[in-house]
Amino acid sequence: MNNLNVVSVRKNLQDDYNGTLLRKIAVSNAISIKDLNVYIEDNHILKDINLTIPEKSITCIIGPSGCGKSTLLKTLNRMHDETPEVKIFGQVFVDDENIYDQNVNVIDIRKKMGLLAQRPCPLPMSIFDNVAYGPRIHGLKKRKAINQTVIQYLQYVGLWDEVRGRVRTSASRLSIGQQQRLCLARGLAIEPEYILGDEATSSLDPISTRKIEEMFLKLKEKYTVILVTHTLRQAKRIADYIIFMYMGKVIESGSTEEFFNNPVKQLTKDYLSGSFS
Amino acid sequence: MINIKKQEEVFFKVLMIMSLIIIMSILFLIIGTIIYKGLPALNWDMLSKLPGGGFYLGKEGGVLNAIVGSIYLIIGSLAISLCLSVPLVLYINFYLPKKSIFASIIRFSFDILFGVPSIVYGAFGFALMIFLGIRASLLGGIIAVALLIMPIMMRSFDEVVRILPRDLPDALLSLGATKFEMIKVILRQVMPGLVTAILLAVGRGIGDAATVLFTAGYTDNIPTALSQPAATLPLSIFFQLGSPVEEVQNRAYASALILTVLILFLSLSARYFSSRYSKNKI
Repeated sequence: MNNLNVVSVRKNLQDDYNGTLLRKIAVSNAISIKDLNVYIEDNHILKDINLTIPEKSITCIIGPSGCGKSTLLKTLNRMHDETPEVKIFGQVFVDDENIYDQNVNVIDIRKKMGLLAQRPCPLPMSIFDNVAYGPRIHGLKKRKAINQTVIQYLQYVGLWDEVRGRVRTSASRLSIGQQQRLCLARGLAIEPEYILGDEATSSLDPISTRKIEEMFLKLKEKYTVILVTHTLRQAKRIADYIIFMYMGKVIESGSTEEFFNNPVKQLTKDYLSGSFS
Repeated sequence: MINIKKQEEVFFKVLMIMSLIIIMSILFLIIGTIIYKGLPALNWDMLSKLPGGGFYLGKEGGVLNAIVGSIYLIIGSLAISLCLSVPLVLYINFYLPKKSIFASIIRFSFDILFGVPSIVYGAFGFALMIFLGIRASLLGGIIAVALLIMPIMMRSFDEVVRILPRDLPDALLSLGATKFEMIKVILRQVMPGLVTAILLAVGRGIGDAATVLFTAGYTDNIPTALSQPAATLPLSIFFQLGSPVEEVQNRAYASALILTVLILFLSLSARYFSSRYSKNKI
């Protein structure tokens, strides 16, 4: 299925209460965020976020430091549940289900969302057990099935040939780039539908970064990929859609081509020209 | 300018080396004295025999009662304090909010308990025993020593868990792990810290005389039940040192040597098991 045919980019220009223009992208079966407001203690971190994220594509969230990109990403897998000082209002629909509904099981949500963190954090186990951990806690018991899963995902991220002889050794002995790919394999092994990346390449060298970016491009065939990044060039290289945030608000969003070639808002133009970062 | 910086550098380096020398020499002096005085008095009888009649007046016998008593006591109190302090530390670190006032109060109270002299734990244990109607016994000693070592264990384990990078719990939770599943993995990571906490606690507990003075009592026999009194090495040393006979005083050093070797053995084996268990630590 060609993404561009499925995704009908409807430029629905809509005023929110501040008069900010939002370009909404409407597609079926993706993430849609409605009137999302997030407070950390008394600080209003995310303000009236209304967004739709298209399926099976790469959406990059960009913006200057402290604009709320990571906070927005964390609302998608309910990681804010762990910090009681964070208050969330609004709705986040994932596959037409509001994940902030009372009777939603947070484990199911997180299982649906594979997260790739800023710095790779392998678990204190062997390489094999790192990948096997997710499937094991979610009920996979048969040794053969576990072996298969581990090999499959290590191969998928291109790590299998590099670690083949030492899968039983500690994951901490891998290089940072390898660790990040291991973390990706570990995330994929729980069979998520969405991949969230929180500046997933910011601690990596250029070669490892390229490998991870190539992974993302491969992943979007099967998964919906949402990345937070602060490198514009990366967004330009791999994103299909861009969400630009500033001071907790979504300033502009749309397809990559349009966003970079014909930005609508002055703030976006300033950001793209490098007036602030 | 450069000269001043250089002098400063030299000064502080010398200061550090000085303190190293002072501390190490004190340590060697203590251990040296114990070995020098204790080794000649140490023999197989000391390790394998109970004190006979007139042991404290120079007649034959050994301190097996105290060795076994001390081991029983420390195993019991370690079990109690581990069962109570590990869940407490995990709760205040992973279930309470990061800036929880309640957690701060708990930490603060344990800091205070840390500084309470051991005789106070002994007195408290004694009062508790009277209240419960227990006589001086192994059980009483175990409870008192458990109270003594709990703050040490709790605070030193807590420090290790607190400095754990947030990345690991986040990584586990984002994989859909429950909090309990998360804690099971985290325990592997903090295992060396837990072992250190245990060692500090054992070191304090096994060597303390004041806590067991009223609570565990003293006996020349090996206790066969929790309700019987138990001898301990520190008290055994205390009674032997109090003897006017020089031979018995030397035996006190031999007992001290036994205690030191016991702690050394515990340390080494704990380190060995901890390094085996946490070989995949990140």
